[in-house]
Amino acid sequence: MTVLQGFQIALHALRLNPLRSFLTMLGIVIGVASIVTVFAIGAGAQLRLQEQIRSIGANVLMITPGAVYQGGVRLKEGTKLTMTESDVQAILEQIPEVQAAAGSIAGTAQTIHESKNWNTTINGTTTGHFMVRDWQLSSGRFFSGPEETGAGKVVILGSTVARELFAPGDDPIGAQIRIMNVPLEVVGVLDRKGPAQDDVAFVPLSTAKLRFLGSASGINRDSVAYIIAKVAADGQMAGARSEIESLLRQRHRIPVGQEDDFKVQDPAAAMEAQQGAIRTVALLLVAIASVSLLVGGISIMNVMIVSVTERTREIGIRRALGGRMRDIRLQFICEALVLCLLGGAIGVVGGIALSMTVARMAGWITSVDSEAIGLALVFSIATGLVFGFYPAHKASKLSPIEALKTE
Amino acid sequence: MDGVAVTAVRNVSFDIARGEILAVMGPSGSGKSTLMNMIGLLDLPSEGAIYLERENVADLSEDRRSVLRARSIGFVFQSYNLLARHNAVENVALPLVYCGVNRKERITRAEQSLEAVGMLHRAQHFPRQLSGGEQQRIAIARALIASPLIVLADEPTGALDSRTGGEILALFDALNEAGQTIVMITHDPGIATRCRRTIRLHDGQLVSDETQLPLVPKRVAAS
Repeated sequence: MTVLQGFQIALHALRLNPLRSFLTMLGIVIGVASIVTVFAIGAGAQLRLQEQIRSIGANVLMITPGAVYQGGVRLKEGTKLTMTESDVQAILEQIPEVQAAAGSIAGTAQTIHESKNWNTTINGTTTGHFMVRDWQLSSGRFFSGPEETGAGKVVILGSTVARELFAPGDDPIGAQIRIMNVPLEVVGVLDRKGPAQDDVAFVPLSTAKLRFLGSASGINRDSVAYIIAKVAADGQMAGARSEIESLLRQRHRIPVGQEDDFKVQDPAAAMEAQQGAIRTVALLLVAIASVSLLVGGISIMNVMIVSVTERTREIGIRRALGGRMRDIRLQFICEALVLCLLGGAIGVVGGIALSMTVARMAGWITSVDSEAIGLALVFSIATGLVFGFYPAHKASKLSPIEALKTE
Repeated sequence: MDGVAVTAVRNVSFDIARGEILAVMGPSGSGKSTLMNMIGLLDLPSEGAIYLERENVADLSEDRRSVLRARSIGFVFQSYNLLARHNAVENVALPLVYCGVNRKERITRAEQSLEAVGMLHRAQHFPRQLSGGEQQRIAIARALIASPLIVLADEPTGALDSRTGGEILALFDALNEAGQTIVMITHDPGIATRCRRTIRLHDGQLVSDETQLPLVPKRVAAS
């Protein structure tokens, strides 16, 4: 008997009892579907994170306010804007590894263009911001010097805002939009950088302070909410970081032993660490999903053992008609394999459907890759072989004489 | 079985010639079934030898005996033993699965075999749709499909009424006329008298081996 004949006999046997066959493979279906889904969600989360890392730009350090003491009370981090525009200047001038730096303040506001409006992040900054983040324009120009110093009424739109405020084919450059009743001229539209990054409108820092966000929580009028700085090379990140720290401690007159009123972070490094954590969680979930594959395998073994007992006479007849022990074994292993492969295939389809549903309902990015599908199918074949072997072996060991006597 | 050794057959020795039709008779427990299982290569003697075409099958491995069984032995059982979930033609073709014959040829040969027993019109029917006599004819077609050396029939009419049983016996006679070697195990003296040669067993011993002289010798009849 050939393997092909084994599969033909197996398919025939399974077709006779479709409900039982389906229920038997349900464990595999659920196991494979959950493995595929978990993989898809895990891969999606990593993709999203990678996109965020890319969107920050390479070799970027971010300096944010730390906790400060005010009259002996330790305030929440970020309560006081401790960084200033002159800090930005000092970093640029005194630290050679830093190629570009920019301070920003940000808030949210309604943007209005004719009949359309859109709520977005308003970021007051300087042209250096775009240099640090390697962010190119898709059209128009960056802020000019006089606009930056003189609170020019100009705005650069992220691609999402441009899409929401302007009809397709409508050129935003030169158009007037209003933010908090201040009319601004659109001078540039940025390239796409990722869904989370593109929903923003940039105005000159001076404009933001003067017209929108003020510097109410600042220690002085010079305050910025955070500074981003680009370091020339990856290997210089640690050095640049400690130099910035000592420079700022000196500038902020922080005595030895006292806590910094700022924090220097490497967002890409932090995200890479997060990525590792996501990978670990995803692997853990895959391990849990594999348990259901194990349970599915046991249920297949259980049904196969019952099936062998029920079909003892058939086995006796097949032996009497010339079936070798290995033919009987092959027949039952093929049945288990067909159950697992079919269950695996249904599971893959179900998993893809499930991850697409999750993507739509929860708004997560999911990504089904062929690796996950391949792995799930290999798992189900292995399950079929492992859990089909014992019942098949048991069937092949039956004495044909005894089997023929069974009613 | 169950750890108790039972000597079912002892000191039994006989030859079966090609083209013979032979009845093995004896009461229950006389060792008929054990003898049949040994002739059918399902069981092995603890002592002695069984020669099939000058080959001692007692020396063969389990697998070799299975292969030989597929090609050389055709079983006919009292309870037909057709596979309930397969139709007549699939049942008849079953032994060829184990002879490595492809599906198309299996079906063609199964149809020829069904035709030989007059059952071709029932090819697509399932066992439950057939009468006992029809099922037994299908089983005989299955026994014949691989052109076996021996057709081994265990109480082939035991589950049938006498008229249908008579038809089945007539079919065996016709097959024997065509040259098929047939061994029938039975405790029905009526069947035994239809066979030219009868072996009688009692308590595992061979008590008689008689060949009836034909009333009209075949050679004379033929000339």
